[in-house]
Order: sequence, then C-alpha cells, then structure tokens
Amino acid sequence: MTVELLLQTLLSGVLFGLVYALVAIGLTLIFGVMDIVNFAHGEFLMFGMYAAFWGFALWGLDPIVTLPLTTLLLFGVGVAVYRLVIRRITDAPMLSQIFATFGLMIFFRGLAQYLWKPDFRSVDHTIVAGKVAFAGLQFGLPQVVAALGAVATTAAVWAFLRFTRLGAALEATAADKEAAALMGIDAQKMFALAWGIGAACAGVAGALLATYYPVFPEVGSTFILVAFVLVALGGFGSVVGAFWAGILVGIVEVLGGFLWDPAYKMVLVLSLYLIVVWFRPQGLMGKA
Amino acid sequence: MTRRSPALALALAGLAAAVAFPLLATKVTWQNAAILMLMTAQLGVAWNILGGYAGQVSLGHAAFFGAGAYVSTLLSVKLGISPWLGMGAGAVVAAGLGVLVGTPCFRLKGHYFAMATIAVGEIVQAVVNGSDALGGAVGFNLPLGETGFWGFVFNRSKLPYYYIALGLLLATVGVNWIVNRSHVGYYLRAIKDEPDAARSLGVSLTRYKMIAMILSAGLTAMGGTLYAQKELFIDPGSTLSTGLSIKIALVAILGGAGTLWGPVLGAVVLTAIEEATRIAFGGTGRGTDLVVYGALLVVIAVFQPSGVMGLFTRRAPRPVAPPEPEARFP
Repeated sequence: MTVELLLQTLLSGVLFGLVYALVAIGLTLIFGVMDIVNFAHGEFLMFGMYAAFWGFALWGLDPIVTLPLTTLLLFGVGVAVYRLVIRRITDAPMLSQIFATFGLMIFFRGLAQYLWKPDFRSVDHTIVAGKVAFAGLQFGLPQVVAALGAVATTAAVWAFLRFTRLGAALEATAADKEAAALMGIDAQKMFALAWGIGAACAGVAGALLATYYPVFPEVGSTFILVAFVLVALGGFGSVVGAFWAGILVGIVEVLGGFLWDPAYKMVLVLSLYLIVVWFRPQGLMGKA
Repeated sequence: MTRRSPALALALAGLAAAVAFPLLATKVTWQNAAILMLMTAQLGVAWNILGGYAGQVSLGHAAFFGAGAYVSTLLSVKLGISPWLGMGAGAVVAAGLGVLVGTPCFRLKGHYFAMATIAVGEIVQAVVNGSDALGGAVGFNLPLGETGFWGFVFNRSKLPYYYIALGLLLATVGVNWIVNRSHVGYYLRAIKDEPDAARSLGVSLTRYKMIAMILSAGLTAMGGTLYAQKELFIDPGSTLSTGLSIKIALVAILGGAGTLWGPVLGAVVLTAIEEATRIAFGGTGRGTDLVVYGALLVVIAVFQPSGVMGLFTRRAPRPVAPPEPEARFP
C-alpha cells in the first residue's frame, strides 16, 4: 500500500466525516438545549436534499445557488416542528419524547414518499462537478466543496454561540433553564431557535450532499445513525465535540472499509463509540 | 381478595375472549392480525421488565429477538434440533448477550444508555449481514420438513401459532407479575426513580439491572423463535433492525411503560392502528399509511404522554405545560 493511497483514503474519510459532523451538530444543539433526542433529524437532511433537487429539476438552479434558500426553508421547518409538536412535550418523560420524534420520522418519510415517490433522484450536473488535484492526490470537487461548506457552517454556529448575545442566551438556556429564565431569557424562544438552527444545519448539509449523493425518502436513515454516534461520542450538546468526532468517524469508516471489509465499517465505528463511552461515559468533550 | 376481584374478573374475561377469538373469527386475515398482536404484546411485555420497571430504555432489543430467531433456526436447519429446544437455547444466548451488553452499558444513564443499545443492535445486525455462515443479508428460509408440535411447524391451520403466541404472552406477563410483586420489582422501581437513594440503602444497581436484562432478553428471544417458526423466513432486516427495536419499545410506551398490562394494551392499539392504516391507505405504494401512522404516533405522544394506560389510572402524571417565561429576551 502506497503512502499516496493511504493519504487519499484518509482525506476522503475526513471530507465525508465533516458532512456527518454538520448533520450531528444540529442534533447535538437541540439535545444540549432541550435534552431531547430528535429521531427525525435525518429527515431534515432529507428535506434539504429534496429542496436542492427540486430547485435544480424545476428551475435549473444549482444546489449551491439555492443553498441560502434551502437553509432558510429548513430553519422554518425546524421552528414549525418545535412550535407544533415539540413545545407540547418539553417536560414530558423521555419515553414519550422518543415516541413523538420517532412518529415525526415516520410521518416525514411517508410524506416524502407520498409527495415525491420512493425513487432515487440525483442532480445531474452542478457547477461544482469535476475533480481537484492536490499534492498528487485527487478528490471530487463536490466532496471538497461540501466539506468546506460543512466546516464554514460549523465555524459559523460555533462563533454564533460563542460571540453573540443571542448565542450566549442559547448556551445559558442549555446550561440552566430556570436560571436563564430568571435572567430574562425566553426559554421558548431559545428552544425554537435551537430547532431552527439545528434543522438549518441539516439543510445546509442536505444541499451540499445533493451535489453528489442521490436523494430518496429514506436517505436520512443512513446519516442519522452516524449522527447519533457523533453526538454521543463528542458528548451530548457539544458542537466542537461533534465536529472532531465527525472527522474521527470519517477516518475510521474509510480505514475500516479499506483495510478490513466495507460491510463491517459500521461495526468498527460503533465499536469505537462503545469503547469510548466505556471509559468516558460523557463522551470525548461532554461535561461529566 | 375482594378488593382485587374486578381486575381479576377483567383478566379472566379477557383470557376467555382471547381463547375463544380464533374459534369465532375464522378468517385467516383476522387470525393473522391476532397472532401478530399477541406476538407484539409479548415483546412489549418482555421489554417492559427492563425498560419499564428498571427504567433502562433499550432501543436495541431486536438483537435479542434476532438471537432467538437465529439460534433456533440455525440449530434446526443445520443440526435438525427441534425449535422448542432452540427456543431455550436462543433465550440462553440472548441472556448471555444481555449480560455482555449490560456490563458496559449499565454505566450509562438515560439517553446515553438508549444510544448505546442502538449501537449494540446495529453492530449485531451488521455482523449478521456480513457473515455468510449466518445467512448474510439473504437470511434463511426454514424448511417445511417435519410439521406438527415437535417440529414447531403448522401449515394446515393458524390456530396452533395463535395458542402458542397466547401461551408465551401469558408466561411473559406471569414473569412480569412475579417480578413486579417480588423484592426485585421494588428494587427495580427504586433504581428507576431514586438510584442514589437505592444505592445508599445497599441495593446493587448493576446486579438488579442485570437480572431485569437477563429476563427481558431471554423472553424477547423466545418471541424471536416463535416469529421464525411462524414466518418460516428470517433475515437481518426483519429480525434485527433498529426499527424493530424501536417498535418493541413503542408498544410498551404507547400502552404505559412500567405497568403490567400497559404493553398488552399498547400492542392492541399499535397493531390496530398499523393494520387499519395499512388496509385503508396502504397498497398504493405512496406512503399514505406511513403519513397517517406517523401522525397518530405524534398525536398520542403529545396528548397522552403517559400511555394509553394513563387513561385508566388517575395516578398517572398529567402532561405538564412548558414553563411560561418570566420576562422576554432580548
């Protein structure tokens, strides 16, 4: 095995891992703020991909061009889901929360199947088609653009939480709902915001993925499992943790497929996760 | 005894109705739906020991179900051993797997535990999927060879499956009842509600969680064997998927986790919703049934978060409205 081949494999793993991370960041944000695991999160990604696809199919617009629109649309979807459903189960037992978001997942998948048929659809040509060569290695341009977009979005979310007043309010609500409310922070507004941003992140990931990955009603299922692993691995609620976990899992996945057997790559990823939580139940960067 | 007699009378009436049902409803579709309902109920009741009483929300129970289905099938296909013995072997393997899963995962709480069990379930599924010896992604067709009781294959009538499913359900409810009333049940509830207080009183959390896990996994595996013998076909998708794991949990949650009859009620309601939406809207291949089914789940979760049993018990916690903000921000 040559060094180039190994590097090529590792880096393509990182490229895909970054997109995984973007999906997981929305999930971990929602969990961090509300203590709710959103089983329907993969469906936000699916909606983002369909939005990108239909922009292309109906109006010939490139997924990259419609990306801002897709982001806004998914932000709206996230807020709507919060307002219509999640708001009512905020303080319900964990069991009924699982129940509700799982119901949403089935509902959204059914809806996509109803509206757009179970076919695989893809965006045939995009402005990011092609390859990029880099130090003797070659990568698909869509993959590179998606990874860069994922990094930019992650950085934006991180900066928002870190440096803005609204972001601080969101983090305060995540840390202590009651104390934050006493400081005059409207918890409901923060929850809605977390769902909006969480869904929007999945929307961005969907638009970026649509440039090289087919879209179908169940596409979310592939990503949600990895996103769960990233959220738990990085630490529930930790955006930075999910980001690093994404890179790690991306690498483990390709290396597993490369050195062992592609059929077992998920086994490796999931085992890694179990081993990490065995030693650090709070995840790599979660608070104990 | 007089205090409990209405409940006892209700249970006996229910049992009589269950025994008489397939004799009155002779249409195969009805009998099939009823068998499905009983099997689903049994899985929910088995899950309830761990997820309901002990409060350890497992979303990986398909691994135990699959263990039961695969062990009995492999033993009967490869070695010609009766699936009845296979059922016992499957339960033992699943209980062992449960110990293996519980040892690392019981250190985790709440969502962390649930996520870890999803991971375990997915690992088992991926391993079976990739293993030729275990049938890979294709699975196994069970031979129609030796029919009759000992062979555990009945192709003339659905009735034997119905009564075996009923018997297994009753046995599982029986185990639940015994656990519920024994000191183990009290410890499990203490572990669920006040783990620190339970520990300070000298209750070994891991030990009692493990007992719940072993019982729950073993009983779930027996349901898996029954499934394999009834369908005569198993593959990872139908016996090991996370979707199945979640459905098993849903049955108990829908009915009322931590109650004796909640999961049974949940299975009745869930199977009815599933079958009704499938018959009314299915077959078009357009997902209308999924839309209705998913929407109903959301509506139930929102308006009846304590499960259907909550309708019958006044003590059930009412849904609490989200706190009103004291002031507005920014």
